[in-house]
Amino acid sequence: MIAKLIPIFFRDLVLLTRGAQGRGGAVLPLLFFLAVAMLFPFAVGPDARLLARTGAGVIWVAALLAAILPLDRLVEPDVEAGMFDQWALRGIAEEALLLVRILAHWLSFGVPLMLAAPISAGLLGLDGQQLWTVEVGLLLGTPGLAAIGVTIAALTAGLRAGSALGGLLAIPLAVPLLIFGAGSLQPGGEGGLLLLGACSLVALAVAPFAGGAAIRAGRE
Amino acid sequence: MQECGLVATDIACRRGDRLLFRGLSFDLSGGEVVHLAGPNGIGKSSLIRILAGLLRPFMGTVERQGGLALSDERLALDGHEPLENALAFWQRIDRAPQGNADFGLADLLDVPVRYLSTGQRKRAALARVAASGAPIWLLDEPLNGLDTHWSCIAQAAIKAHCNAGGAVIIASHQPLSLEAVKVIELLDFQP
Repeated sequence: MIAKLIPIFFRDLVLLTRGAQGRGGAVLPLLFFLAVAMLFPFAVGPDARLLARTGAGVIWVAALLAAILPLDRLVEPDVEAGMFDQWALRGIAEEALLLVRILAHWLSFGVPLMLAAPISAGLLGLDGQQLWTVEVGLLLGTPGLAAIGVTIAALTAGLRAGSALGGLLAIPLAVPLLIFGAGSLQPGGEGGLLLLGACSLVALAVAPFAGGAAIRAGRE
Repeated sequence: MQECGLVATDIACRRGDRLLFRGLSFDLSGGEVVHLAGPNGIGKSSLIRILAGLLRPFMGTVERQGGLALSDERLALDGHEPLENALAFWQRIDRAPQGNADFGLADLLDVPVRYLSTGQRKRAALARVAASGAPIWLLDEPLNGLDTHWSCIAQAAIKAHCNAGGAVIIASHQPLSLEAVKVIELLDFQP
C-alpha cells in the first residue's frame, strides 16, 4: 500500500506544483497572495502605523482566498479521468489517496505562501516579530486550509457549479483558522497559535474520511 | 498466473427508479471468457462496475478471487503526458512483469495522450490493462473504435490471456469472433 502511494504522491505533487490539465499550478495562488499585499497599501494609503496594525489580518485574508483558487481542479479531473476508480480496483483506500493529496496540496500552496510571506510583510510594513508570528501561524494554519480545500474539492467533484459552490463552502469552514491566525497577531494573542494548530489538526483528522466518503458516494 | 475466479449471485441493478436487470447469476474461473451482450442501455456498463466493486448492486453479491483490471470509457491516463509516461505511472504502482501483448503503440509512446485518436486511446487502455498483471480483465466495449486489424489483435490478446490462465469479462454490443465464449444476454434478465 505504502509502495503504491509513493508514485501517486509524486504525481500529485508534480501536477499541483507545475499545473496541467487545467490546473493552475502553484504560481497562481502565490501571485494572488502577493498581489493582495501589493494592492492593499495603494488602497488605504502609506500610513505605516495603520498598515502595521491591519497588515497581518490582510495577509491572512489573502492566504485564505489564495487557498480557494485551486479548489475546483484539486480532485475533479482525476475523478473525471477514472483515476480514482483505477486506484480503488487496486485496493488503495480513498482515505489514503486524499491524505496524500492533502500533503501534496500543502507543499504546493502552503509552503510557497510561507516563502512569500516576508515579501508581503515588507509591503505591509510588519516588523520582524510580527513576521515571525505570521510565519508560525501559516505553518500551523495552512495544513488545515489544505485539508479543508481537498475535502471541499472531493465533495464538489462532478457537480456542475462545483467551482463556485466550492468557494462558498470553504469560506465558513476556514473562518476559525482566519480568526485564530489573525488573532494571534494582536497584543497578547499568542494563545491563538495553539488554537490555530488545534483547528488544523481537527480539519486534518476529518478531511480524509469526509472526502473519501464523498468520492465513494459520487460513484453511485 | 495466480488462481482467479468470480462468482456473481442473483445480481439486480437499479439506476434511478428503473430496475435494469435482476436475478443474474454466473461464475467465471481462470481460462474463461464471458461476453455480456445486449442493446444500449440494458445495463452492461453498470454490471461491469458492479463486478468491479465500484457500484453497489441493488441486490445480490459478487465474490472474487484475484486482482482486477478495468478498461471502460474513462481512459485513466494523464492527457498532457506522453503515452510512455502515462503508462509508466501505472507500471510503477502495479510492478507487474512486462507482458508480451503488443498493441502497436511503439510509435506513439512520445505522443501526449490527448492527441491520440479514438482507436489509439482504446489500444492504450488495453495496454494498461494487459500491463497491470491482474488475472481478471473487465473490458467495457473493448472493440469500439478499433479497425478490423486491431480488433483481431485485441481479441488475440484476450485469447492469449485466457490461455495463460486469466479470466476475461467483455461487455459489448458487437459479436465477438472468439471461440468458447460464455454469452450472457442481459435481455433475458429484464424484469
